[in-house]
Amino acid sequence: MTYNRRTFLGSAALTAGLLAAPMVRAQGKPRVVIIGGGAGGATAARYIAKDSEGAIDVTLVEPTRTYYTCFFSNLYLGGYRDMQSLGHSYGTLAADYGINVVHDWAVGVDRDAKTVTLAGGASLPYDRLILSPGIDFVDGAVEGWDLSSQNAMPHAYKGGSQTELLKAQIMAMPQGGTYAMVAPPNPYRCPPGPYERISMVAHTLKEANPTAKILIADPKEKFSKQGLFEEGWNDHYAGMIERVGPDFGGADVSVDPTAMTLSIDGDVNNVDVCNVIPAMKAGRIAEIAGITEGNWAPVNAADMSSKMDANIHVLGDAAAQGDMPKSGFSANSQAKVCANAVRGALTGSTVFPARFANTCWSLINTEDGVKVGATYEATEEKIAKVDGFISQTGESDDLRAATYQESVGWYDGIVADMFG
Amino acid sequence: MWQRFFLMVLLCTAGTSWAEVGGDAENGEALFRQCRGCHQIGEGARDRIGPHLNNIFDRPAGVAEDYRYSEGMQRAASGGLIWTYDTLDDFIENPRRLVSKTRMSFRGFDDQKDRDDLLAYLRQFSASPGNIPEAAPTAAAVDHEVAPEVLAIIGDPAYGEYLSGECTSCHQASGATDGIPAITNWPAEDFVVVMHAYKDGVRAHPVMQMMAGRLSNEEIAALAAYFESIE
Repeated sequence: MTYNRRTFLGSAALTAGLLAAPMVRAQGKPRVVIIGGGAGGATAARYIAKDSEGAIDVTLVEPTRTYYTCFFSNLYLGGYRDMQSLGHSYGTLAADYGINVVHDWAVGVDRDAKTVTLAGGASLPYDRLILSPGIDFVDGAVEGWDLSSQNAMPHAYKGGSQTELLKAQIMAMPQGGTYAMVAPPNPYRCPPGPYERISMVAHTLKEANPTAKILIADPKEKFSKQGLFEEGWNDHYAGMIERVGPDFGGADVSVDPTAMTLSIDGDVNNVDVCNVIPAMKAGRIAEIAGITEGNWAPVNAADMSSKMDANIHVLGDAAAQGDMPKSGFSANSQAKVCANAVRGALTGSTVFPARFANTCWSLINTEDGVKVGATYEATEEKIAKVDGFISQTGESDDLRAATYQESVGWYDGIVADMFG
Repeated sequence: MWQRFFLMVLLCTAGTSWAEVGGDAENGEALFRQCRGCHQIGEGARDRIGPHLNNIFDRPAGVAEDYRYSEGMQRAASGGLIWTYDTLDDFIENPRRLVSKTRMSFRGFDDQKDRDDLLAYLRQFSASPGNIPEAAPTAAAVDHEVAPEVLAIIGDPAYGEYLSGECTSCHQASGATDGIPAITNWPAEDFVVVMHAYKDGVRAHPVMQMMAGRLSNEEIAALAAYFESIE
């Protein structure tokens, strides 16, 4: 069947009128509430509003007025980006797409009444709810650390003030001091993220504090792009970085935020900066909604709907979906599949088959970029990997520089896709 | 259109090893007059408007010292383009098809024999060129019946709009270009040809080969129709 946009929309509206009436509320347009304005939520809001052309009432709940992306925040630590270039407003989504942007925290979900409660007291009714809350940290994951310690020992694993705090602490390190990282166990947001961060911190210290040391306590045997990072660390930051894996106690750590010590397998290290990245779980609202199993919210691959509630969809880091890494790119990809499915369910528009993709770029040193990526499809069981690639060790400087330039272009592309 | 379509079918059915063997270098020298305005070759050749062409065979693209290559050529080079008989043949048939935004403003040699002759001439100035690939056995028996279906597919722009979500994670719908090229408002036919070139591994870029690799002919046509249509 071939149709142009006008006949397509016309027939969709007609179908919705004839067949889909029971699905929508007695009066007014169908309502979609989206919690979380990051790569998943902002993209879903924009695509539903754009493609439904006013037929769906879209509300986006996001506490921050300026959203600082977590992706590319490592480049701020490395001195390649300023903080302002990572901040984005929701003005275009409100003004050009008619999205009702509410700056508040979602604190409750009543799945029977189909309402979301906000910290400010308001209640938002929905026909479909999309949760894209990102991550929170597992309580007690690192002995001695909790959220009240995040000023002394920042996680910097949500974009914004934490990132700025960590940078300030790095710049204030005494000459020859030690930057320590407690790396997270799988699964977590942005698999290459901690190691790109190590590269960027090393780059900054090499200029500002060349005798400084970097110590990583890592509970994982292996990590994303390991060969590429280790090659780069040898080439650019030789003798600076020590990683303690699980064989030598990297999983057996505790911290003392007052004394500024990090204990690895009982050995106490005095450190100057301690970047604690604890084990992660779905953003708290997913748990409150009662749709998590363990730390994450299981979803159906075809439309990202919760396995526990067909009227709720979960995007991005919070979802347990199968093979895709937890990344902004993945969330953006999943959001478009979800938006298409939600629109189809509420207005009768054509639902196309799900397809997903991800690419993660990492910067190791100036103009030394690498990437890993894959395509995915929806199966009954999960999102399953189809095909993939990864940068190779020993690539030419030109290719690495081109890969970095590509990542800069991607950043502009994805934020345009999220925020309009 | 038929020229392109013919080439594409050859690419699809016979990979890259399809060029005819053994052109006439003398005729190639005569044809090279059309290139001499920009390119030098032989003893003492230097980079002029275009880079010199000594030892061009089996040389990676974009490596002539001091020559300022276009962004398009730099991109192709960083993607791993090597000048072999096949890639040179592809390039001189239609430079912009292989390397979009190359500064080489030459319409190309349509005739396979002209290209073979020219390459036979150029090859004399390369110290150790790779063997001229033998024509693949299937190259002579191209299935002309399949091809019209591929290029004649009328893409469904609504499906293309949905599929374009995979593109706009990187390529901006506004047509902005910085680090990642614009893909809006291309003639649908060019879009289709380029996507098949990635799909068949002729154009080198791992992300694009992966993305194009799982697109069906209909899906490529749908994307081409959508990106041609948006403002």
